[in-house]
Amino acid sequence: MLILTFSQMQFMLLFSRQGKLRLQKWYVPLSDKERKKISRDLVQTILARKPKMCSFLEWRDLKIVYKRYASLYFCCAVEDQDNELITLEIIHRYVELLDKYFGSVCELDIIFNFEKAYFILDEFLLGGEPQETSKKNVLKAIEQADLLQEEAEAPRSVLEEIGLT
Amino acid sequence: MPAVSKGDGMRGLAVFISDIRNCKSKEAEVKRINKELANIRSKFKGDKALDGYSKKKYVCKLLFIFLLGHDIDFGHMEAVNLLSSNKYTEKQIGYLFISVLVNSNSDLIRLINNGIKNDLSSRNPTFMNLALHCIANVGSREMAETFAAEVPGVLVAGETMDSVKQSAALCLLRLYRTSPDLVPMGEWAARVVHLLNDQHLGVVTAAASLITSLAQKSPEEFRTSVSLAVARLSRIVTSASIDLQDYTYYFVAAPWLSVKLLRLLQCYPPPEDAALRSRLTECLETILNKAQEPPKSKKVQHSNAKNAVLFEAISLIIHHDSEPTLLVRACNQLGQFLLHRETNLRYLALESMCTLASSEFSHETVKTHIETVINALKTERDVSVRQRAVDLLYAMCDRSNAKQIVAEMLSYLETADYSIREEIVLKVAILAEKYAVDYTWYVDTILNLIRIAGDYVSEEVWYRVIQIVINRDDVQGYAAKTVFEALQAPACHENLVKVGGYILGEFGNLIAGDSRSSPLVQFNLLHSKFHLCSVPTRALLLSAYIKFINLFPEVKTTIQGVLRSDSQLRNADVELQQRAVEYLRLSCIASTDILATVLEEMPPFPERESSILAKLKKKKGPGNLPGIDDVRRNVNGSAEHGQNAEEAKKVAKGPITQSRSALFVLIPTLDFIFNCWPLLAFPPVPLNQASAFAPLFPVFIFTPDSLNSSSSPGANLLVDVFSDNSAPPTAEVSEENFHRFVCKNNGVIFENQLLQLGLKSEYRQNLGRIYIFYGNKTSTQFLSFSSAAVDPVIEGGAQVQQILNIECVSDFTEAPVLNIQFRYGGALQNIAVKLPVMLNKFFQPTEMASEDFFQRWKQLGAPQQEVQKIFKAKHPMDTEVTKAKILGFGVALLDRVDPNPANFVGAGVIHTKNVQVGCLLRLEPNTQAQMYRLTLRTSRDSVSQRLCDLLSEQF
Repeated sequence: MLILTFSQMQFMLLFSRQGKLRLQKWYVPLSDKERKKISRDLVQTILARKPKMCSFLEWRDLKIVYKRYASLYFCCAVEDQDNELITLEIIHRYVELLDKYFGSVCELDIIFNFEKAYFILDEFLLGGEPQETSKKNVLKAIEQADLLQEEAEAPRSVLEEIGLT
Repeated sequence: MPAVSKGDGMRGLAVFISDIRNCKSKEAEVKRINKELANIRSKFKGDKALDGYSKKKYVCKLLFIFLLGHDIDFGHMEAVNLLSSNKYTEKQIGYLFISVLVNSNSDLIRLINNGIKNDLSSRNPTFMNLALHCIANVGSREMAETFAAEVPGVLVAGETMDSVKQSAALCLLRLYRTSPDLVPMGEWAARVVHLLNDQHLGVVTAAASLITSLAQKSPEEFRTSVSLAVARLSRIVTSASIDLQDYTYYFVAAPWLSVKLLRLLQCYPPPEDAALRSRLTECLETILNKAQEPPKSKKVQHSNAKNAVLFEAISLIIHHDSEPTLLVRACNQLGQFLLHRETNLRYLALESMCTLASSEFSHETVKTHIETVINALKTERDVSVRQRAVDLLYAMCDRSNAKQIVAEMLSYLETADYSIREEIVLKVAILAEKYAVDYTWYVDTILNLIRIAGDYVSEEVWYRVIQIVINRDDVQGYAAKTVFEALQAPACHENLVKVGGYILGEFGNLIAGDSRSSPLVQFNLLHSKFHLCSVPTRALLLSAYIKFINLFPEVKTTIQGVLRSDSQLRNADVELQQRAVEYLRLSCIASTDILATVLEEMPPFPERESSILAKLKKKKGPGNLPGIDDVRRNVNGSAEHGQNAEEAKKVAKGPITQSRSALFVLIPTLDFIFNCWPLLAFPPVPLNQASAFAPLFPVFIFTPDSLNSSSSPGANLLVDVFSDNSAPPTAEVSEENFHRFVCKNNGVIFENQLLQLGLKSEYRQNLGRIYIFYGNKTSTQFLSFSSAAVDPVIEGGAQVQQILNIECVSDFTEAPVLNIQFRYGGALQNIAVKLPVMLNKFFQPTEMASEDFFQRWKQLGAPQQEVQKIFKAKHPMDTEVTKAKILGFGVALLDRVDPNPANFVGAGVIHTKNVQVGCLLRLEPNTQAQMYRLTLRTSRDSVSQRLCDLLSEQF
């Protein structure tokens, strides 16, 4: 019997319609140079596609699953054998998480709170596999962390508040 | 609410991000960033110790800058410091920075590992999670070395919180993927399996991912997971949609977990236990049923999640390939998707059906959808969907529908996207060959391919059509007529000119009876294309012309006129010039008989795997070919149903030792098979000698059997056994072991770290055969191997055999060189080895009495017939060894001939095709002086000299 090898998600990219990368998460070891090249090529490829086209495409030896939400493209690379539709719903669940956390998320939220976007992703996916698919549980974990943050924050000086340091 | 308050944490960061966003140009952005970097650097270097908050903020800014695509070369230390902060958010930022930016060789890895260790043992679940996330995100070998032993303990410990278990499971998975050798299997394995029973579905999901990966490597250890997975799956699929609460996604119960469990089951064959098996079948049926129910929501997420489970279930059904009813049901449900309005579903249905087409149970059902698939090819707007349709047509093709499918693919080719044309060309060519009942259809199809998409017709494709035409005499006349007609088009593709030139050169006589295609008409037609063609094509046409001279004596003068023209005889291209010169001479000097022999029709090719198939495989990567046979093998590893697979096997395993005796050399590229003339003159004949006829004759004729036409760019990648002067070998010729083969026939001729080249050879009279064994010494594949038999890939550790047939036509000095090229890793390897084909190999020993010997010795008394050499012994002077060497040299050792018993005397005859050369030798050792005197007498001075040179090196 032939054993099929399954693998996980290889990476996830978020980028804007202008091609600006907003979030990148790599689940396989790649050099910085390779990452840059992949992002550049892939962003170009996807932006060139017309709306209504299929959400899946073969790219190099990977399968790309992507979906556009408003001005942002969410794009995952999985392996050929992987389940495309469930990957599409991973994207959607992540969008829901962001949406719930930020309250009608928009691109700016992700730009200004990029670290939060990473934290939420880590709670949801780890090593490219779903860690916790319950929306409630993921948000609970994040909000607990926020609670810790607020307790910890001491009042800042006036200069700090207006961002001069 | 949250959007603002959450940014407020680090106001300075928000201001900086705004600044960057307000930059009008790239330069301005770089300037602003450099300013910020200078600021941060000074803060980090400053005397004033920074508080945790500032450190966090600056580290975060650095991270932002890095994510913008700029290099960051400091701040790592500050980030590591944050790990030991007891404030959660500072720790969190520290970990994020390390996850994104740290490279494994960092000096800081020890400090980082310390921080992680502390958090792992902190018993604070949030800290533990951060640490586990970091290990999973970095996933380096160093991390594995430090933590691989520890994480399993965290995972299975009774008191571990659920959320930590989830992180630990996936963290372990990541480490296992990076460094499987460092993750020790232990008693934890059994306990991990039981996590599939956990109450917490998040834990089950994470555990299922981990177990799936582990089970692929060690199926036995995790076999118990099958029953647990089936039980869990059964509970999910039969649950009411609200039972699983937050794990229900748009009315679909735990879709991620379901997919994971179905994946896990694909690591195993169908359960043997009947009860378990029927429970699984029930699950699969329920999933198929649910997919048919009216949707519970109009949201696309509902249908996606539901169908994600459906497609995974179908994958499992195909993997098991044992339940015909399920397979046929799956096929029918996918058939509905072929007409779905969602592009995604159409795409997936086409893709999934491709694998269903490979099962004997569902192949026929898949075929019923042919019209829909053809329609998809014509109407789909997305090229990736059309590509899937092409794949499916290819997979469902068999003898019954081949004509229709090939016709549809051809007509699609006219408008197909450039990106997939080459692949379609290959597929059409393969199907046309595989399912050709009558070969006229095949010839038509390939000529159509060239007409429609000539630029995408690779060499392999047109080589193949010629191989087939040559091997099948029932189609030769038709092929000649068809190419003749196709060449009438005012503009035809160069590939057509090549095929046309070759076929008319071989079989033009079959249509010459018709005055509309008389020899002169044929010649004029070909020659009208000549000036528009590239050099290789022109070279091929010149060979066709010389073939014409043989076929049609009436056009001889016309063709000689063409060859004689300055544009040929003085062509700037060496190859063309040489061909023109040699062909012209040949046509002037050789008698009709010789011409007829030299230019005889090509003998049939040995059956071999289609090189096109190899090319398609290469294109798609191994195991990824949607070809029927391959998919079948992939699906369940054993089955080869139907005739297709059988046939393909037959072709692939075609006889490789078929002996041939052609005057033409069979070198993989057909061009050379046909046009080997100038290459045969070996060693290369300088042009000024070309007027003499003799040197034109090939010294050697090599007929390497079963060579593969490797798909190489340019004709010089062929297995050219002849290092002809137009393509000098790039590698230095290895002749290190050459002399060891003078007196023996078997052994290792070449060896380096990658490749071992072994030889076995046998000779009889003027004929010889060498078996070359190419041994891959590495564990990695050699790709594009240009010299091997059958396959351009040599697997790691494998040995491939090639056979060369050799004929000695006249005496010679230089040995042929074997050029080998292949890819190892990324690098192209070039190896040139001098093959130990020496004149003495064609010796037949001759026994004779003493008087005979001396009589002949005297007859060969002319000074130029004798060569003598006195030389110092290089090896100990052992009589037995010397005897063995002389026998190995090929002559008979004559006892009691020489009055001095210490001397050795031998006799033999060198056989070449044209003449036989008698040879006598005498070796006189002088043990005191450690010297030898070797005397050779033959009727030819060149032979005496060469034999003396060869033998004197041996003692």
